[in-house]
Amino acid sequence: MTELIPALSDSEIAAIDAEIAHVPYRSAVAIDALKIVQAHRGWVSDESLRAIARHLEMSAEELDGVATFYNLIFRQPVGDRVILLCNSVTCWIKGCDKVQAAITENLGIGLGETTADNAFTLLPVTCLGACDRAPVMMVGDDLHQDLDPAEIEKALSGEPNRD
Amino acid sequence: MPKIRIDNQEYEVPEGANLLESCLSAGLDLPYFCWHPAMGSVGACRQCAVVQYQNEEDTRGRIVMGCMTPVTEGAIFSLTGDKASGFRQAVIESLMLNHPHDCAVCAEGGECHLQDMTVMVGHRDRRYRGLKKTHRNQYLGPLVHHEMNRCITCYRCTRYYRDYAGGTDLAAMASHDHVFFGRHDEGTLQSEFAGNLVEVCPTGVFTDKTLVGQYTRKWDLQSAPSVCVGCAVGCNTVPGERYGKVKRVHNRFNAEVNGYFLCDRGRYGSGYVNSDTRLPYPGMRGAEGRFTALNHHDALAEFERLTVGRRVAGIGSPRASVEANFLLRSLVGSDSFAPGVSEQEQPSLQRATALMRSTPARVPSLADIESADAILVLGDDVTHTAPRVALALRQSVRNRAYELAADMKLQPWQDAAIRNLAQEQRSPLVSVTPGSTRLDDVAERTLHLAPGEIAEFAFAVAAALSGGDSAGNPEAAAVAQMLRDARRPLIIAGTSLCEEALLDGAAAVAGALVSREADGTRAPMLSLVVPEANSLGQALLCGDDAPDLATLTARAEAGEIETLIVLENDLYRRGTGEEIDRLLDAVTTVIVLDGMDSATCSRADLVLPAASAIESEGTVVSMEGRAQRYYPVFVPGDERHSSLYWLLCCLKAADHKHFVDINHVDEVIAACASAVPALAGIVDAAPGGSYRSHGVRIPRQPHRYSGRTAMRANISVHEPKQPQDEESPLAYSMEGLNRDEPGSLLPFVWSPGWNSNQSLHKFQDEVGGALSGGTAGARLIEAAGPTTVPEAATPSSIDAATLELIPRPAIFGSDELSARSAGVRDLMPDAYLELSVADAKTLGVEAGDGVVLGGSDTAFEVRIDPSLRRGCVAYAPGLNGCIGLVPRSGVSLSMAPDWKRRDADLIARDGQEGSLS
Ligand code: SF4
Ligand code: SF4
Ligand code: FES
Ligand code: FES
Repeated sequence: MTELIPALSDSEIAAIDAEIAHVPYRSAVAIDALKIVQAHRGWVSDESLRAIARHLEMSAEELDGVATFYNLIFRQPVGDRVILLCNSVTCWIKGCDKVQAAITENLGIGLGETTADNAFTLLPVTCLGACDRAPVMMVGDDLHQDLDPAEIEKALSGEPNRD
Repeated sequence: MPKIRIDNQEYEVPEGANLLESCLSAGLDLPYFCWHPAMGSVGACRQCAVVQYQNEEDTRGRIVMGCMTPVTEGAIFSLTGDKASGFRQAVIESLMLNHPHDCAVCAEGGECHLQDMTVMVGHRDRRYRGLKKTHRNQYLGPLVHHEMNRCITCYRCTRYYRDYAGGTDLAAMASHDHVFFGRHDEGTLQSEFAGNLVEVCPTGVFTDKTLVGQYTRKWDLQSAPSVCVGCAVGCNTVPGERYGKVKRVHNRFNAEVNGYFLCDRGRYGSGYVNSDTRLPYPGMRGAEGRFTALNHHDALAEFERLTVGRRVAGIGSPRASVEANFLLRSLVGSDSFAPGVSEQEQPSLQRATALMRSTPARVPSLADIESADAILVLGDDVTHTAPRVALALRQSVRNRAYELAADMKLQPWQDAAIRNLAQEQRSPLVSVTPGSTRLDDVAERTLHLAPGEIAEFAFAVAAALSGGDSAGNPEAAAVAQMLRDARRPLIIAGTSLCEEALLDGAAAVAGALVSREADGTRAPMLSLVVPEANSLGQALLCGDDAPDLATLTARAEAGEIETLIVLENDLYRRGTGEEIDRLLDAVTTVIVLDGMDSATCSRADLVLPAASAIESEGTVVSMEGRAQRYYPVFVPGDERHSSLYWLLCCLKAADHKHFVDINHVDEVIAACASAVPALAGIVDAAPGGSYRSHGVRIPRQPHRYSGRTAMRANISVHEPKQPQDEESPLAYSMEGLNRDEPGSLLPFVWSPGWNSNQSLHKFQDEVGGALSGGTAGARLIEAAGPTTVPEAATPSSIDAATLELIPRPAIFGSDELSARSAGVRDLMPDAYLELSVADAKTLGVEAGDGVVLGGSDTAFEVRIDPSLRRGCVAYAPGLNGCIGLVPRSGVSLSMAPDWKRRDADLIARDGQEGSLS
C-alpha cells in the first residue's frame, strides 16, 4: 500500500531521522526534511512530498501547506543554480531592474524561468539583508553585492555550488 | 456582568465574553468573517475592527479587533465612528481586490455572508482596476464543490476541517495572494463532516455540489423544521424544496443536539425523496401478478377490505414515526405487532432501552457529551453508527485544553492560543472495539477485542471501580483509574455488535462510577447508540414482550395470520432471504406502506405510497430519549400520503373505538401519549397545531419567495390555490412572521441585512446559546424511578475455532434511505469482507482476492485490516451483497472461483486514502 517507487533514499531518511531525534513530534522536522530532500534533489516533487509526509506521519496536505508557504522550497524543478535577485526597496532604488535586464539578456530567461541547459533559474526575492551593498543577488549559495549590470557575466560564471 | 459603553450607550455583557460576541448578542451589527460561535476567535480577517478608548479623556482611541478583545468593566468602544467604519470598509475593499464579481452565477448568492458584510460596511464602488488572481479549482468528490477564486482567506475552512473536525486532507497552501485552500491533489474529501464547509465558508468557495446541479436560491426555497432520519442522533435540519424536489439540507441549530453541524449522511442523505424509485400511486396486484395503479379512494377501500374483519398482524419500523407505528399497533393489536428489527437486533435494542431507563447515570445529550472529560467507547465505531456523536467526542477530548487555559486565565474563545498551549494534550479517550476506528487519532489508548471480550473487559473495569478484582486485567484497572479521576466520565456503547452483555457491561461501569460518587462532584454519563432514527421510540412503544419476526413467522405458518401489514420497512434487510420468504409465503395478503420500491414491495398484494419524513409530520425519539417533531416541507405529490393518514383512515373505517373521534395529528399524538406511558412526553416535543406566532401561522416561504404565480406555468397558466396546512402551526405561504417561535418550529433563518445562515444569532438571546424560543424536543428518559445496575452477564460464547461475522456499519451505505440519495450513493463501496492478518494467512488469501461465505455463492472482495481482532470477519451492513448476512453468526470462508481482481493500483490507492496520515 505504498508508492511503487521508493521516493526517499537511504541517506535522505538517515538525515531526516537524525533531525527527528531532537524533537518531540515527527512532524516538527517538516521544514528540515523538505530542505534535506531539496538539497539531495534540487527540488521537492509530489512523490517526494508524499514520501516525506508518510515518513513524518503527517498528511500530504499538512506538509504541502508548509512546503508551499516557503518560496525557497521548490515544488517545481529548478536549474542547477538558482539566482535570487533582490527586488526590494533598496535594491530597487539602486537599480535592480537593470541587473535583471542584464541577466535576461545574458541567459535569455525572465523571472520564474529556467535556462534551456538547466543551468540557471531566475527568481525574485524580497531583501537578502545586504541592503548596504545593493543591488544584490545570490547565485547558488554565493552572495554577489554592488552588482554592475555591465559585469553580470562575471557573477554568473563560477562553478555550480550546492551542499 | 461587566458594564461597557459602546457609542455612548451602556450595555451589560456576559463575563468573559469578547466584544464581538457581546455586540452581536446586544443586537448590534458588527461585521466579521473568521470568528465562528463554535470555533472561537483567531483575529485573522480584521473585519470586526472597533475603536477602543483608554478612558473618558482619550479622544483618539485605537483600533482593536472585536473578536480578540475581552470585555472588561467600564471599557469604552465605538463601532460607528469614522475611524472604525472606515477601517472595516477598507478591509472589505482589499478582500474585493481578488474577489470575482460573479454573484449572479454563484451558488452562495443570496445567502452569502460576504455579500451581507459588504453591504453592511457600505463598500460600493470598486476602485481597483488591475488583474485579479485566479486559481484552478479541484475536484473534491461528489458532495462539495470548489470555486477557489471566491476565497477571502478567512481560514474558517481549515480551522473547521482540521482543528474542529479532525480532517487531515484540507490545508492552506502557499502564501500572500497565492493562498489556496484545498487538497494536495484532487480527490474526495475524506472527512465524514466535510459538508459543513458549505455552511462554514462565508463565501462561495465551498458549496453543496448536489444543489449546484439543480440550483435554487435560498429565497426561493420552501422549508420547514425537520429531523434527520439518517441515524438515532436526531440532528435538527432544514430541508429546502422547490418544484416538488428536495434541493438541499441545511443545519437547524439545536443547542443540546447538533449545534451548528451535521454529518454528511444527514446533509446529503435526503436525495431519496427525489428518487425515481419513489412510489407515486397505490398499486393492487391483479390475478396475473401485475400491479394496477389505484387512486387513493379505491386504495383505501382495498386496504379496508383486506384488513377489517381479518386476522391481521403488523410489522412496524424504526425508521417510521412514533405515530405511524402506534396506529398500526392499534390496528393489529399489540400482540400481533412486531417492531420490525432483525431477530439479532431486537434483544439488544430492548436491553439498551431498559438500561437507559434504569441507569443511575445521566443519558447525555450531545452537548453533555461535549462536556465529558474522560471517555470509554465500547464496541461501536461511532463515526459510522452515530456520526455526529463522533464530532462531539472530538470536542470532548479538548476539555483538557480548556482546563489548561482556565489555569492561565485564558478565555475559552482564544482558539489559537489554547491550541498552542495544549498541543497534543487531550482528555483521555479509550476505545475498545473489534478493530481500528475513525476516532483513533484522538484516542489515548485503543484495544481490539471480539464483542464478547469487550463485554468481559467492561465488567473488569466495573469490578476495578467497585474496589474489587479486575480479574488480573491491568488495562481494565488503568481505564478504571482514568474514569475515577474524571469529573464527567462518559461511557459509550452501542447495539451495532448485537451483544447484550456489552451493553450490560457499559451500564455496570457507569453504575459503579455513580455509586463511588462520595462528594457529588462526579457526574457520570452513559450513552447507548441505537441504530435508527426512531429505534428508541419503537422500543418504548413495543416494550419487552413484542413478538419478533420469528414469532410472527411461526404464527403465520400456524395459519393465524391472513393479512400482514408492513410499515415503511424492507423486511429483506431484517433477516435472511429464506426467513422473510417463509413469513411472506405463509400469509394470504401482504400490504406494504412505504415510500420507495423495495424487495418487500415486490412481494406485496397492495402497496400504499407513503410520504417521506420531509413530506409529513411525525415524532421520532433519538438515542438520548429526545422526542422531536418533524413537519412537512412540502405537500407530497401524486397519490402519496403519510402512513399516519393511511392508517388512521383504515382505523376509522374499522370503527375502532378509540379512533372514531380522532381526526388531527395532535389527537393521534395525544392518544399515543396516553396509551403508552413511556411515550407520555411526546406531546411536549413541539407545540400543537393551534400554535400561532404573532397571531398567524409561521411561513415556510421567505418573504422574497419569487415566481409563485409563474412556476407552474409550463403545466397550466392558472395559478392553483396555495395548499392549506390543517395540521401544523406552519403555512405554505410567505405571509406571517418567522420570529420568536419555539426552536421546534423554526423553518429557516433570515434577518434583515443577514441573508446567510449567520443570521442565526438573531434567533438567539446570546450568540451561540439556545434559541430564544426554546430548545427543540422533549427528553423522555430523565433519571426517574428505581435505578439498577447490571451484575456480571455472560457474553455470548466465543469459540476460538470459528470465524464470526461482525457488523461494522458504514456511514455511506449502511443506512437504507441515505444510500439511495445521489452523492451518498456515489461514496458507497462495493461489498467486502475484512479479515485479520492472521486469519487471512490461515485462509491463504490476500487483499483484493475474492471469497465466498460457506453455503452461499455471493463473492466478496477481501480487505485485510491489521487492527482487526483475530476471529472477526467484518462486513458493512446494508451494502449491496451484504443484505441478509446474519450478524454474529459463525461462518466459513473459501476462495471464490472465477474471481477477477480489481486493478492493483486502485486497491493500493484506496487503502492509502482510507487510512489517516
Ligand atoms: S475557502 Fe472560504 S472558509 Fe476557506 S479561507 Fe476562503 S473564504 Fe474562508
Ligand atoms: S445521520 Fe445521524 S449524525 Fe448524521 S446528521 Fe443525521 S442524525 Fe445527525
Ligand atoms: S533590499 Fe535588496 S538586500 Fe535588502
Ligand atoms: S472576526 Fe475578528 S478578526 Fe476576523
